[in-house]
Amino acid sequence: MTNSRFSGSERYIATPELAMAVNAAVTLSRPLLIKGEPGTGKTQLAEEVAASLGRPLYEWHIKSTSKAQQGLYEYDAVSRLRDSQLGDGRVHDIANYIVKGKLWEAFEANTQPVLLIDEIDKADIEFPNDLLRELDRMEFYVYETRQLVKAKHRPIILITSNNEKELPDAFLRRCFFHYIRFPDEVTMRRIVDVHFPGLKQSLLAEALASFFRLREVSGLKKKPSTSELLDWIKLLVAEDIPPEALRGDDAKKTLPPLYGALLKNEQDMHLVEQVMFLSRRAR
Amino acid sequence: MLVRFFGELRAAGVPATLPEFLALLEALQARVAWLSVEDFYFLARVCLVKDERHYDRFDRVFAEHFKGIEKAFEAITASVPDEWLRSLAERVLTEQEKAQVEALGGWQKLMETLRQRLAEQRERHEGGNKWIGTGGTSPFGAGGYNPEGVRIGQGGSRHRRAVKVWDRREFANLDDSLELGTRNFKMALRRLRRFAREGAAEELDLDGTISATARNAGHLDLKIVPERRNAVKVLLLLDVGGSMDEHVRVCDELFSAARSEFRHFEHYYFHNFPYESLWKDNRRRHTERIPTDQLIRTYGPDYRLIFVGDAAMSPYEITMPGGSVEHWNAEAGATWLRRLTAHFRHFVWLNPEPEKRSAYTPSTVITRELVEGRMYPLTLAGLDRATAELRRRGSMPPQPPPAAAGISPSPPPAAP
Repeated sequence: MTNSRFSGSERYIATPELAMAVNAAVTLSRPLLIKGEPGTGKTQLAEEVAASLGRPLYEWHIKSTSKAQQGLYEYDAVSRLRDSQLGDGRVHDIANYIVKGKLWEAFEANTQPVLLIDEIDKADIEFPNDLLRELDRMEFYVYETRQLVKAKHRPIILITSNNEKELPDAFLRRCFFHYIRFPDEVTMRRIVDVHFPGLKQSLLAEALASFFRLREVSGLKKKPSTSELLDWIKLLVAEDIPPEALRGDDAKKTLPPLYGALLKNEQDMHLVEQVMFLSRRAR
Repeated sequence: MLVRFFGELRAAGVPATLPEFLALLEALQARVAWLSVEDFYFLARVCLVKDERHYDRFDRVFAEHFKGIEKAFEAITASVPDEWLRSLAERVLTEQEKAQVEALGGWQKLMETLRQRLAEQRERHEGGNKWIGTGGTSPFGAGGYNPEGVRIGQGGSRHRRAVKVWDRREFANLDDSLELGTRNFKMALRRLRRFAREGAAEELDLDGTISATARNAGHLDLKIVPERRNAVKVLLLLDVGGSMDEHVRVCDELFSAARSEFRHFEHYYFHNFPYESLWKDNRRRHTERIPTDQLIRTYGPDYRLIFVGDAAMSPYEITMPGGSVEHWNAEAGATWLRRLTAHFRHFVWLNPEPEKRSAYTPSTVITRELVEGRMYPLTLAGLDRATAELRRRGSMPPQPPPAAAGISPSPPPAAP
């Protein structure tokens, strides 16, 4: 397994702790639960892991109405009912109406796949509990056809959560856990470098300084995160804003240009404006 | 060899379990972490800690276990025979750590340093100094092993760099950033109400019936679900007297609002800080007290625990046994608070003092730390945040709700 260690990619900067978490999960083939602030690249991690290890990726996005069963398979009773009324011959074999879920597809993959279970906290509280055996033994039973589905290769399972609901202990015990911390300035510089290789150093430095200053304003409802920073820089580059506009006393007193990409609700904007106003008066 | 570390983690309130510990050992065996304390730290955290709120506790235990050897030295008296140490180490160290030691220049060198260090310690002790050996700690304490309390490890820059990771304690106030909009007082409290389904089957489940009927190829199949009932249980602990007098009116309002909202509702009073006993009636507070132990035994962990207090007092009232202003308390208030919060997993502390003012009171800072940052101002916005907190933690009721029915028990959390 030593040749398949994950250490980030050209497009994705993984901190050593994140790489360690992924490698531990891959080596022991246990699910890895990823939490962290929104916009810190939780979902993207799965894509990058799949790409850098050369594995197929299966994505299962969870909604508030998702049921664990849907990831395994669904029995399409309605089509069967319709077929029976139309006298279709297929109706006699119930297997024709079993629709495979993402988990099943991943279990059937010919090489060890990566399975992303995205935003598991969106679902009902019982959702994780319903997957315990499946994640543990990597097998499940199809009652309609009396068939046991077993994983050909234990998939690398990455699960993301936004912390809206607490997950059950029994589920947590079966996972490895990693919390993606908000990157510090050095890491952030690397991340931006990866996304905008041609960026002028001066602009980058000013943009980052301005960004971290904004994050330090206490009481923001939604602190700007990595993805917002990247969007903002994209805008700055597109608009050809000179670094001078972000620099110096001026920047401390006024809102940064194109701040709409960073602040996502009007209370936050209002708050930042107030803070700026106060700091201007204090001078 | 890590068993003691595991024990310390559990003692510190990190809810790690045996399978998780075994997973860590398995990962070590599989060489996931190799020749680096930092890697080992990350790996142990990935395996043992399942909630970022516990990262800080983990960091503290880790630092304590793998750095501090002051305590450890007390067990050693005279010069330690090489063979004795070696055999102990053979027994106790993992392959990985042995390799670490080898990388350091082998046993000889390590033992030499250790013996030197021990000698130094003894002299200091004879000199009247307790074992607070500064010299004792620095070069040792990385991978560390611990028979009878001896801990050795590796020194060097790699170690120091690694230590910084957990000594920084970046996760100390991770759960401070909860967000919610403002609504009125009663609306906020109403959020506490959660519709958990319990009791007998009582109403027709329309969706369930339709889907079951379809599955049944058109033959009617009735489905029944239990009626919704307000099942939220609240335990309110109010600070009375002393510095709280000016806030009594605010508390009263909260109190009466709370009364009408919940079916299961209990309240108790304390003065300044919860100690070993509380009371229900302020007029008979000196005669009719209820031991806090009994409170913990009586009310299950499914109760939402709400403290109301300004937490403004002398820090000794929290941290020291006998610190209470009213009576002699055998155990420190902090101990009792930890007991309460360990039992009631869903708890918040509401503080009537404005957040900005209370941020600088030492006792408030201590209390905030004790309640893991779940201290909110007694304003509408603060209450909103508090109830959101209770609700979020509350998504795991101890009594399993019936798995049937497609209606989720609570509406999705309100978007900011």
